Amino acid sequence: MAERAQPINARTGIGAALFVAALILGTLAAVALRAEEGRGLGSSDWAALRFTLTQAILSAVLSVGLAIPVARALARRRFAGRSALIALLGAPFILPVIVAILGLLHVFGRSGWISQALGFVGLPPLSIYGLHGVVLAHVFFNLPLATRLILQAWQEVPSEQYRLAAQLNAGPRAMFGLIELPLLKRVVPGALAIVFAICLTSFAVALTLGGGPRATTIELAIYQAFRFDFDLGRAAILSGLQLILTAGAALIALRFSRNHGLGAELDRVLRRWDGTGVGAQTFDVFWIGIAALFLLLPLSAIVLSGLIGLSTLPIEVFKAAGISVILALSSTIILLLMALPMSFAAAVGKRGIIEISGILGLAASPLVIGTGLFILIHPFANPTVLALPVTAIVNAVMALPFALRILVPRARQVVGQYGKLGLSLDMKGFPFVRHVLLLRMRAQIGFSAGLAAALSMGDLGVITLFADPDTATLPLQIYRLMGAYRMDAAASGALLLLVLSLGAFWVFDRGGRWHAEA
Amino acid sequence: MLKLEECKITNGGFSLAVNLNIERGKRVAVIGPSGAGKSTLIEAIAGFLPLAAGTIAWGADCLSNLEPGKRPVAMLFQDGNLFPHLTAAQNVALGLRPDLRLSTAQISQVDAALERVGLSDFSARKPAALSGGQQSRVALARVLVQGRDLLLLDEPFAALGPALKAEMLDLVSDLVRETGATLLMVSHDPADARRIADEVVLVVDGIAHPPQAVDALLDNPPPALRDYLG
Repeated sequence: MAERAQPINARTGIGAALFVAALILGTLAAVALRAEEGRGLGSSDWAALRFTLTQAILSAVLSVGLAIPVARALARRRFAGRSALIALLGAPFILPVIVAILGLLHVFGRSGWISQALGFVGLPPLSIYGLHGVVLAHVFFNLPLATRLILQAWQEVPSEQYRLAAQLNAGPRAMFGLIELPLLKRVVPGALAIVFAICLTSFAVALTLGGGPRATTIELAIYQAFRFDFDLGRAAILSGLQLILTAGAALIALRFSRNHGLGAELDRVLRRWDGTGVGAQTFDVFWIGIAALFLLLPLSAIVLSGLIGLSTLPIEVFKAAGISVILALSSTIILLLMALPMSFAAAVGKRGIIEISGILGLAASPLVIGTGLFILIHPFANPTVLALPVTAIVNAVMALPFALRILVPRARQVVGQYGKLGLSLDMKGFPFVRHVLLLRMRAQIGFSAGLAAALSMGDLGVITLFADPDTATLPLQIYRLMGAYRMDAAASGALLLLVLSLGAFWVFDRGGRWHAEA
Repeated sequence: MLKLEECKITNGGFSLAVNLNIERGKRVAVIGPSGAGKSTLIEAIAGFLPLAAGTIAWGADCLSNLEPGKRPVAMLFQDGNLFPHLTAAQNVALGLRPDLRLSTAQISQVDAALERVGLSDFSARKPAALSGGQQSRVALARVLVQGRDLLLLDEPFAALGPALKAEMLDLVSDLVRETGATLLMVSHDPADARRIADEVVLVVDGIAHPPQAVDALLDNPPPALRDYLG
């Protein structure tokens, strides 16, 4: 007995980690072998690289820059609806991209609310397509995330520091130097890196709001090479380029990130004595109001215009919704089958391999895995037949890093608390998993399952590579309706998708916490 | 007889040397200053810490390489002795079947154990709905159904008030007398030792000394123990 005894062994978890690594590295290898047949990067590929970097940098700087005053205002104000607003800040994480884009179109689009208002005073309408549209959508998704990350850092400042500052009669400037600047220095680089990394792999936003030679991301270029030109060599080269970018960004983001903004303790209100001046209050009200409007307007637009067309929704939309529900459930089951054993293995000390596959999961791009799988499947079978299984697996792998971040700390805690008791009762292996781990981790399992189901339900990524005209998930069906300029039907479909995604998250998350003991 | 022969236990940077025998059926208190290695000793006997050298044997059986659950040992920890999501009866049942698949005979065994500790009416309750003393009784009922030869206590009653703690120690004392189990209990309090123990193992400066009669040792403490007792 060279090591401390443990109530579970890590073999299944290591197996799952190896499966994930094999899937990501195997598809990468398939892509790399294919890339040698290609002919290097052309000028449009360089343009895609430039655009990808430009939009990611702009999105990161704007999201984080705007998040700072919002987080600051939320940290020092208490008001009715504060918890609701903070909960709303978590929503974009599970909000289907296509829904948000339709909402943004309703508000900022050519015939949207703001353009109409501008028309009344004789100004030309806004145009949402191109770089600024892509950045706008990214800020919509990442401003809330960045706000939660920064707010978390603000909440972690011990209340004694505020008490001391109040005691010393520190004014706004002194407060900034004493407390706020140090915490921003700690959290801002990580937030920038995370948003940058997320925006690098942006596909659905670029697909709908970008396009054309001047607004194509690498991810979108992979899709186009694949779908329009069926140029596997070029898709492979672009995939390699994308992988280098995302792996680098993921490593940087991991180095900086201490937390993931998914924490539940954000609605704690610290007692504060500063920020009582009229200027500070106006400032905070302004920023909280702007952030709330920015999030709520597009969502309300979808609900409003979606409700109108709901009765005339075409039958294909319901068919697609059925497919999406089955897909989301399958993907959730696959995720749990991978993530649970991996979290158990991590809890008994096998951290290295688990972390490696977590990093791989962050760096992996769905389109690259999709391309690789297509190349691998192509010689043996018609890939479109396997569109749904492939999508379910890829979606599960995409949700894996988040699930691990939720599950591993809890699994470690449970093994720490009850491992010895289990061992002394000879409860090893399956009995310990069934009677202790699964029951003690219910809330975390429900939360991760909810995230996985919602992410998979709303995903518009790898399915676009594989689907034939007859099969579609709900997000793909909505995209096709948009392409056919049937915007009312698209809005109604988006409302349905919104309800399904949030509903799936709610059911799992609630289920996990239902009748749970402390 | 429990035999620890030339044992060396390392835990982090800490090392404990043990060479002692404990006779079957004795009740032994393990006392000594904090950080001296009392818990290390108990955890090594229970199998949670590996031996760097030496052997542990119970009668003719060598325990050194057995997993914790395969040793003739029942143990209560400082805290977390019950699973909060299981009922009192289920927590007791774990002592018979870790997978909770009990036969009818085993179910009545669980009921009998809960009755013995005075908790017949509480079998369906979860720990959160029990008082601290009742939780300790559930854990002791489980020790009873486990029917192991050795009972190790790592201060499981430390969080209870003085009267309740004395009550639990008396219950432990009764239970080990009924079952003939050998008791090793970690304690900070010499009064605990006088209350239920026959012998004391003094753990100090990285050495666990062989057991000595309680009264003889406590009435005439060696210098190291005198420093600790104050």
